[in-house]
Amino acid sequence: MEWPVLNWIVFLPLIGALIILLLNGSRHNLIRWTALVVSIVDFILTLMLFVKFDPADTGMQFMNDPVIWIGSFGARFSLGVDGISILLVVLTPFLTAVAIASAWTAIREKIKGFMISMLILETGMLGVFLATDLFLFYVFWEVMLVPMYFLIGIWGGGRKIYAAVKFVLFTMFGSLLMLLAIIKLYLMTSPVSAMRTTDLGAIMNLSIAPDLQIWLFLAFGLAFAIKVPLFPFHTWLPDAHVEAPTAGSVILAGVLLKMGTYGFLRFCLPLFPNATVTFVPLISILALIGIIYGALIAMVQKDVKSLVAYSSVAHLGFVMLGMFALNTQGITGSIMQMINHGIATGALFMLVGMIYERRHTRLIADFGGVSHVMPKFSVIFLIVTLASIGLPGTNGFVGEFLILLGTFKTNPVYAAIGTAGIVLAAVYMLWMVQRVFYGVCDKEENKKLIDINWRELAVSVPLVIMIFWIGIYPRTFIDKIEPSVNKLIEIMKTRTAEETLIDEAPIVPENQDNSDHGLEEGDGL
Amino acid sequence: MEEQIKTIIKLIPLFPLVGFLINGFLNKKMPERIAGIIASTALFLSFACSAWAFFILAKMPVEDRSIHAVWFQWILSGSFSSAFSFLYDPLSAVMMLVVTGVGFLIHVYSIGYMHGDGGTTRYFAYLNLFVFAMLTLIMGDNLLLLYLGWEGVGLCSYLLIGFWFGKDSAANAGKKAFIVNRVGDFGFALGVMLLFWTFAAAGHTTINLSEISHLAPEILVGGGIVTTITLLLFLGATGKSAQIPLYVWLPDAMEGPTPVSALIHAATMVTAGVYMVSRLSAVFILAPATMMTIAIIGAATALFAATIGLVQNDIKRILAYSTISQLGYMFLGCGVGAFSSGIFHLMTHAFFKALLFMGAGSVMHALAGELNVQKMGGLKKYMPHTFATMFIGALAISGVPLFSGFFSKDEILYKAFTSEYGHPVLWAVGLLAAVLTAFYMFRLIFLAFYGDSRMDPDVEKHAHESPKVMTVPLMILAVLAFIGGYIGLPHALGGGAWFEQFLEPVFAVGHESSEVVHHSLSLEYILMFTSVLAAGIGIFTAYMFYIAKPGRAKKLSDKFPGVYNTLLNKYYVDEFYNAVIVQPLIKTGNFFWKITDLKGVDAVANGSARFIGWISSKFKFIQTGFVRNYALVFVLGVIALLGFVIFR
Repeated sequence: MEWPVLNWIVFLPLIGALIILLLNGSRHNLIRWTALVVSIVDFILTLMLFVKFDPADTGMQFMNDPVIWIGSFGARFSLGVDGISILLVVLTPFLTAVAIASAWTAIREKIKGFMISMLILETGMLGVFLATDLFLFYVFWEVMLVPMYFLIGIWGGGRKIYAAVKFVLFTMFGSLLMLLAIIKLYLMTSPVSAMRTTDLGAIMNLSIAPDLQIWLFLAFGLAFAIKVPLFPFHTWLPDAHVEAPTAGSVILAGVLLKMGTYGFLRFCLPLFPNATVTFVPLISILALIGIIYGALIAMVQKDVKSLVAYSSVAHLGFVMLGMFALNTQGITGSIMQMINHGIATGALFMLVGMIYERRHTRLIADFGGVSHVMPKFSVIFLIVTLASIGLPGTNGFVGEFLILLGTFKTNPVYAAIGTAGIVLAAVYMLWMVQRVFYGVCDKEENKKLIDINWRELAVSVPLVIMIFWIGIYPRTFIDKIEPSVNKLIEIMKTRTAEETLIDEAPIVPENQDNSDHGLEEGDGL
Repeated sequence: MEEQIKTIIKLIPLFPLVGFLINGFLNKKMPERIAGIIASTALFLSFACSAWAFFILAKMPVEDRSIHAVWFQWILSGSFSSAFSFLYDPLSAVMMLVVTGVGFLIHVYSIGYMHGDGGTTRYFAYLNLFVFAMLTLIMGDNLLLLYLGWEGVGLCSYLLIGFWFGKDSAANAGKKAFIVNRVGDFGFALGVMLLFWTFAAAGHTTINLSEISHLAPEILVGGGIVTTITLLLFLGATGKSAQIPLYVWLPDAMEGPTPVSALIHAATMVTAGVYMVSRLSAVFILAPATMMTIAIIGAATALFAATIGLVQNDIKRILAYSTISQLGYMFLGCGVGAFSSGIFHLMTHAFFKALLFMGAGSVMHALAGELNVQKMGGLKKYMPHTFATMFIGALAISGVPLFSGFFSKDEILYKAFTSEYGHPVLWAVGLLAAVLTAFYMFRLIFLAFYGDSRMDPDVEKHAHESPKVMTVPLMILAVLAFIGGYIGLPHALGGGAWFEQFLEPVFAVGHESSEVVHHSLSLEYILMFTSVLAAGIGIFTAYMFYIAKPGRAKKLSDKFPGVYNTLLNKYYVDEFYNAVIVQPLIKTGNFFWKITDLKGVDAVANGSARFIGWISSKFKFIQTGFVRNYALVFVLGVIALLGFVIFR
């Protein structure tokens, strides 16, 4: 057995948290550096993982030696990574490191607790993306709530308690049903294998009747839909984002929301393919509502941070739209967009945090002409804005284009509505940029603003590099994920065929145009 | 030879990119004069390479004149693939020469114009970036790369319109340009997708421009889909090339520095739509309904914008409406199937409109930024070079014989009349617009350069001719505006229509040839004569109004105040869009936010929380904290359980 790299990736942050626990709470810099170094080392580990990851192998790679965890339960501590998760696994420690560095001076109280929470959060998130056992997944899913609750509740803004409680209640509400569904699946495994288990591989072999699939899909789907968040379960998000400290918002937008979309992709699609097809219209329409609705609300926001928060609702709508196109371009674009949103929106929250640290306000009306006093900051902000609105050459375009291309194939009307959302994105983002950065710098408080410093620049530049890297040479990433995406589509196709032996219904929605040609390459179902 | 040409064309867009990176990164540390020299040198090198490549291409046999140079793969997913790769053929060769050539002159001019601005390095960085994006647009060999350039020039336009971002009007105009263009891009993107999937369904997964042109007649049969595709693509063109209904951003774009207006908003970027339609001529020609739409929109825009141009007083806005109007001519040409005429007019227009804008810039430079033609007058004696060159530009755009505009505009009008897609009404509308064009151009010239001075005295004191770095580019452009038309000299005038012949291979594909219909030479002469007459009437009327009897214009506008105000206020289209689109969107957003979200969804969530809170507030009395109470419940429970076990 080779070195269990995934175990290390997941638990290194936890070890870091334990080390910080032993440190003297007044040694702030030591605590900060420990947290930063741990998250960077973890990031380097995931980078190595990324380099060594073999895209041709579409199964789980780097599986650890599964440890029987709860023997009587058949739950095992088993981790693995494939093309669906690899990018998210790299993104998580990357953004955690960025978030920790961005909190360097923003967090001045209870630094020890803050850094410990961040690192535990990192372990929780990585566990979610790497778990190949449903029960283990569930545990990590819940574990990550705790540090996030504290991050919002302790280091948050004015209505922090309300926001933190709302965040936890919304999420818990969904995950309870998911737990029931997991138990149901667990009970179903007994006749198939010798022993009941929650191992994903074993559950993948189950044959689940289409009727049951509907219920299970709903149970899982609700948990994930709240996390995404899909309209109308989104209202926890603006509150949580606005009240969370900057680092918390970066992680929340960058990684946590993706747990929902990832959940759909990892569990709902392959396990309940018939139900997935049934729900394509519903999910797509909710996603489209999210795109337009989120954009329109973002347009009238007065606070930059809640504007970015509502823009997340729109962006995640794209992720869901592409995923439920159920073809190569759609799903690939969806995964890319998860990463892109993590980078661009994470960066936006970070930049908003920088200016908040200086001015202690985020109201658009309090700014104006900031470009005159903070030229470097403005350039970076503009680049990130352009990535967020999907300008070709930036990462946002690659994701959105593939999503819309995939969607167009299954339903041109959905694609047209989605494309309209891109127009609106330009409206709200550029309008905000104009009001904050352009015009005359006429407010006394703004005239003294200091431009971005070296530490802030060091944190922003990696994000800007990623924006252009993905935008100009996305193959580095797409090539790693696409075989797994095709495999997923393949699995769905065979499973659907198995379940619908009686009724040879086509898996594609009825209104699909007759351009279904790509079966030979897993291109569309 | 082919390898050599590939290397050259790969280099062409790299020069401005490098120039952008140098100036962009050094920004404030870079002295502005050096920034200007770096940027201009980059453009010169691009131009030299474009010329070099052009001569190699011209020597090649006609059938080989289509060269692909692949840089690297860009987005690959499933059956979809697109690359950073260039297509070099007669059409891109012409476009590249125009962009780099005119671009170079405008860069040099900018050194003088932007002197002492303070943000000059940033200015040149943006300008170089623009040329890079424009070259990507016209050289890209697939639709997605074209789209990259398309959005890239839009970005640069946004940045340069809002170059003086401290001014609210400039920042507003930049944003407006970007957003209106995005509306067009909505169509463009959908058009690309529909095209891709339509071709994919036929077994050809490609967005490569030459392959599309080649396969289009075979695949795009059966009107509906090809009409939809082309109309969607054309929606994109109306955004970028400022046609009805999306032209509204261009007049506001005049907030940018004047050389920017010359380069981006007259000579190059705004012609991207014409280029795109011509590039995909093989597809458009398959959709007669779209062709008709393009011709009608083009003719309507040509006339509509010209009427607004009649009464404007801002020298740059007159030119802006003139640009919209001239772009309308180009689309009229494309719409009647005369793609090479459209591109011909694109080229001559690039010369004379860049010249006119830079002349206007020179005037502004002399008059401390004065834009109002009513506050000029008699400038002829202060700035003879600017006057002479602008006069040539005005003759060219008005379609006076021997000047370039005459040949290109006349060709479009001729085709509008004779082509199988044409119609006499289209021709008549174009002709009327030509009269108006001659009128508003000479109104500008007469008001600015002739008559008595109406300048503010302290402005007049400083009125001076611009430095050589500005006037020399004007002179070069004036020469081009004069002779530029002769490369397309029609057979009727003893020429060889060389321009058309050179471009023909690009447009020939799928082109059932509008040339089949041969008209008599006499018809061509008659139409030509009418065009000359139109220009003459326009110029003469302007003379009567502004030189012979200067009070006449005022009298006329007083007589018809309704008409005059409607024109002056640009038919109130901006106000209409604001009331019908912008305000409702904002209202909807507020409704969704304050009502649906806060009072709707959240109320349900918080309400259920409160309900649970209410329930527990009732039940909390059970939690008395007294051990005896708990013990009692405990005992009751045990009894109940025992009862259940015993009696079940």
